[in-house]
Formats: sequence, structure tokens, C-alpha cells
Amino acid sequence: MGNILTDVFYILSVFAIFCALMVVFSRNPMHSVLYLILCFFAISGHYFLLNAQFLLIVNVIVYAGAIMVLFLFVIMLLNLNAETEPHKKMLVKFAAVISAGLLLIVIVASLKGATMAPSTNQIADTKGMGLVKNLGKVLFSKYILPFEISSILFLAAMVGAVMLGKKHEDQGQI
Amino acid sequence: MKDVVTQIPLDWYLYLCTLLFTIGVLGVMLRRNVIVIFMSIELMLNSVNLLFTAFSAYNGDPDGQIFVFFVMVVAAAEIAVGLSILVMIYRNIRSTDINMLNKLKW
Repeated sequence: MGNILTDVFYILSVFAIFCALMVVFSRNPMHSVLYLILCFFAISGHYFLLNAQFLLIVNVIVYAGAIMVLFLFVIMLLNLNAETEPHKKMLVKFAAVISAGLLLIVIVASLKGATMAPSTNQIADTKGMGLVKNLGKVLFSKYILPFEISSILFLAAMVGAVMLGKKHEDQGQI
Repeated sequence: MKDVVTQIPLDWYLYLCTLLFTIGVLGVMLRRNVIVIFMSIELMLNSVNLLFTAFSAYNGDPDGQIFVFFVMVVAAAEIAVGLSILVMIYRNIRSTDINMLNKLKW
């Protein structure tokens, strides 16, 4: 296994799993957000390995950029960066770990003997598939209706967020 | 640079994404802070995104990458609404502990 691709795959995978574990187990929510950003960068590295350049850029801009900034804003706004979270009971923690482990075992066992069916929609240029040029052609021809509907979803989400975030008269100051 | 599709078996991506998804599930069950639970949900969505991309690359089929795009759209909308709900809850009960929100529990 002296292959550089497998080495990069191992490094990125171990880094992503370590960061994901630190998101769950670090006590301070601020540290969780920072580790989650690192995990998203590791996943972006995987996108690079898979020749999905468009998704790499979108992942960095949308996830690591916009969504995580939203998280950081909320944590700073609510002043949650102290370690104030009460612990769950030991029994509940134990049950959570056991059931997550069981879920992992079940999924791995079901994937063990799986084989992939051949695709019916293969394109000729597999190498440059992840580029904006090719994905844009598919997005704006075959998936034009879901694309337009997602813009309505965004509009509804924006209106909902503004409505929810607005301060009402009978509530106190934040 | 050699192609990843010929060098790395698809199973490795399957197991990596399963592990990341399980860590997200564990975070939802283990933590009480709503923000950390949201972050665990993001982790689960990202593991599924990675698996979509892996299948898309191994199959030579661009539809999977388009789906990742739509998953990102839904995740962004969900986080915007969810965090504004969280801010409103914090204004009312001065806490982000999920065990305080038991009014709907029978």
C-alpha cells in the first residue's frame, strides 16, 4: 500500500473521524463549531479526491463559510461559550453509546455483501464530471423544476426566519 | 495523478460514511445542548453528501452530485429556521437545554 492516493484517503478519513468525535465530545460549544469546520474541510478534501471540484468549492463556501458563521453568531449572541451544559445521567449516556454502536453494526452488516448495480445513466466524460460546466448542464436541463422549487423553499425559509427572529412585544430583552 | 476510482474500493467510502453518520446519531442522543444537536445533524447530512458523491464518481453518473447540491439547499434552509427558533426559545426560557423543552411530552 505504498500508494499516495490511499495514504491521502487514510489521512483525511482519520482526520474527519477525529474531528467528528471531538464535535460530539468537547464540552464547549465553541470548540464543537471549530472542530466541525475542520471536519468539513476534511470532507472537502475527499471531494477533491473524487474529482468533484464544484462540490468542493460549494462545501467550503456554503458549509464552512455561511452555515458555520451562522452557528458562531448564535453561540456568541446567546453567550453560550461557557461550559454550562448539565450532564445527562450515566445510564442515558450508556444507552446512547450502546444504541449508536448497534446502529453501526447493523449498517455495516447490511453493507457487507452488497454489490453495486451498474448505472443506467453513465456519461462519456467521467473525468471532468464534477466541473461546473457539466453539472450546470445537468442541473439546468434535467433538474430545472427542483431547482426552481428550491428557490421557493429558500424564500419560505427566509420569511420564516425573519418572522421567528423578530422580537415580540410581550417578550423580554435578549 | 492516478484515478481514485481505480485505486480505492467503494467499500471504504461506505464504511467511512457509516462511521461519520453514526457519530452524528451518537451526538444527537448524547448531548443536551440544542446547538450541538444541530451540529450533529449537519454531520449526518455531510456524511450522506460524501456517500452521494462517492457513488456518483464510481458510477460516472452526475445525478448524485446534483442531489448533493439539493441536500445543501435543504440543510441551509433548515439551519436558518432552526437557529431562529433556537434564539426565540432562548428568549423565553433562558436556556438551550433540550430537557427544559418538555411541554409537549405526555
